[in-house]
Amino acid sequence: MLGFVARRLLYLVPVLIAVSLLTFLIASLLPGDLAYVILGDQATPEKVEALRHDMGLDQPVWWRYISWLGHVLQGDFGRSFRTGQTVLQAVAERLPVSIELMLLAEIIGLAIGVPLAIACAVRSGSAFDRFMTGTAFGMLSVPAFLSAILLIYLFAVELRWLPATGYVPFREDPAGNLRFLVLPALTLAVAEWPGIMRVLRSDMIATLQEDYIALAKAKGLKASRILFVHALKPSSLTLVTITGINIGRLIGGALIVETIFALPGIGRLLVGAIYTRDLIILQGVVLLVAAGFVLMNFVVDMLYAVLDPRIRHGHA
Amino acid sequence: MATLELSIGEEVAVTPVRRTRRLGPLFWAAIAWMTFVFVAAALANLLPLPSPTDMDMLERRASMSAQHWLGTDGLGRDELARLIYGARISLIVGLCAPMIGITIGGALGMLAGYFRGRFETLVVGSMDVLLAFPPLILALAVTAYLGQSILNLTCILGVLGIPAFMRVARAATLVLARREFVIAAQGLGATHARILLRELLPNVFLPLFAFFLLGVAVTIVAESALSFLGLGVPPPIPSWGSMIGEGRESLEIAPRLAFLPAVTMFLTVLSFNLVGDALRALTDPRQGAL
Repeated sequence: MLGFVARRLLYLVPVLIAVSLLTFLIASLLPGDLAYVILGDQATPEKVEALRHDMGLDQPVWWRYISWLGHVLQGDFGRSFRTGQTVLQAVAERLPVSIELMLLAEIIGLAIGVPLAIACAVRSGSAFDRFMTGTAFGMLSVPAFLSAILLIYLFAVELRWLPATGYVPFREDPAGNLRFLVLPALTLAVAEWPGIMRVLRSDMIATLQEDYIALAKAKGLKASRILFVHALKPSSLTLVTITGINIGRLIGGALIVETIFALPGIGRLLVGAIYTRDLIILQGVVLLVAAGFVLMNFVVDMLYAVLDPRIRHGHA
Repeated sequence: MATLELSIGEEVAVTPVRRTRRLGPLFWAAIAWMTFVFVAAALANLLPLPSPTDMDMLERRASMSAQHWLGTDGLGRDELARLIYGARISLIVGLCAPMIGITIGGALGMLAGYFRGRFETLVVGSMDVLLAFPPLILALAVTAYLGQSILNLTCILGVLGIPAFMRVARAATLVLARREFVIAAQGLGATHARILLRELLPNVFLPLFAFFLLGVAVTIVAESALSFLGLGVPPPIPSWGSMIGEGRESLEIAPRLAFLPAVTMFLTVLSFNLVGDALRALTDPRQGAL
């Protein structure tokens, strides 16, 4: 197991270096000079030249990359030239919002997807199963911003049950915080549950044919126990996989949802940085999000190995 | 005490029914809708439509009339014309971007799956780097730097599709390369190029094409999402995403401005998903291997 972890960790190093290189190259090779962005179109060439020199922009690209990477490794991602905030401060301030949103979404998604998957697997081929499978397939064609509009229209405009936009921190007003987060989390969950249901359903149909399920049934175990304990356990692997696959989509979805519902999370920070051409924040956030994404995939891989011994011994 | 009323008996013990190979009415409905949107988009210039960008401040959010069949939007532009011209953008980006993916990704995947070795490691490794970025984030970052244009948008969404196409092509090639007809061709002294193009490509193409249709659906959604955020197709070019974004502002007074493009987009994406999924089921190698 230790060797397996070490090997995977070693593989992370080149991937992370390549990710940082790509992030840097996107930011520096593409048109648009940072000095011009900071000083505006009216700046004199001398001023631009001076600022370029101060920021090291007149150095060769490879040297700038090395020195940038050096700073990053020391935890210095630079600071916004608009707000003066460092990238790390900005991210630390907004990360809890995004994480709370994604956790809530995943919980709601599982709460809808898992029971439906079980119900469908038990009566596979029935009218209910066919209806739910069809619905799930249809839902896969509904992008987050579409369901957001629908939910806002239904719950905020027509019924007026929930606020359409806004946010209060959890520490100040837990109930209010949840009120603001219900619609955004529901929006993301609407996109999550079909994937969870589809995969888990086919997984469970296979599991329910196993001999040990027949044995459990013959022993007279309760139906709920068979389903939730005996049949769901082997599917935990599948759930971990889906969650892993979903992270990337969840991050992208969070970006859109945070913008629509005006939640001060990472996604909104990024979109805001794009609108204001705050390139330092943009570069830092993209790098942090990508690195975080790589690490989360690593954790999912590890969980997978813990759950399935075949993988860590290389039999998969 | 009813110990076990659930029917995990015979019903489930039967092996899951193999999906019928007939294409149902839904499939043909999807094809019909795709054709309809395609024809409307292609003939947009010839149709007797008002301009999609002409504003009429006196006719803002006008309801349906003989002059404006679906009414006008917040700037007095004809909604139907914008829907149809928006279909153009969605289809151009939606078809061209996966074209980049299927060409580059398909070629890389076939070469990697056929030659194996170092080259395969390199290809898979570099795809891992591309996959390390949450796709929407990378698309946003690149369009932010490159500037918003249809060409840039198509290119970046196309590049983002390469890893997925590479995986599909590589997986199919890995299986096929061990099959008898390839070994026979090798035995007959066929060149690598000939085996790749004449033996493998026709077989890899079908699963790739099914995946292409799913890629179109994903790309249309991605383009709309970016345009919705105001970071995709530059205004005033109409796009379903930006129309939904603009319609959101007037959700209370004129919900139809958001819902019309939303429904159009949903039906289009659903159609591509349905057709792609049906073709994928038909060409699934797991079934063919029987």
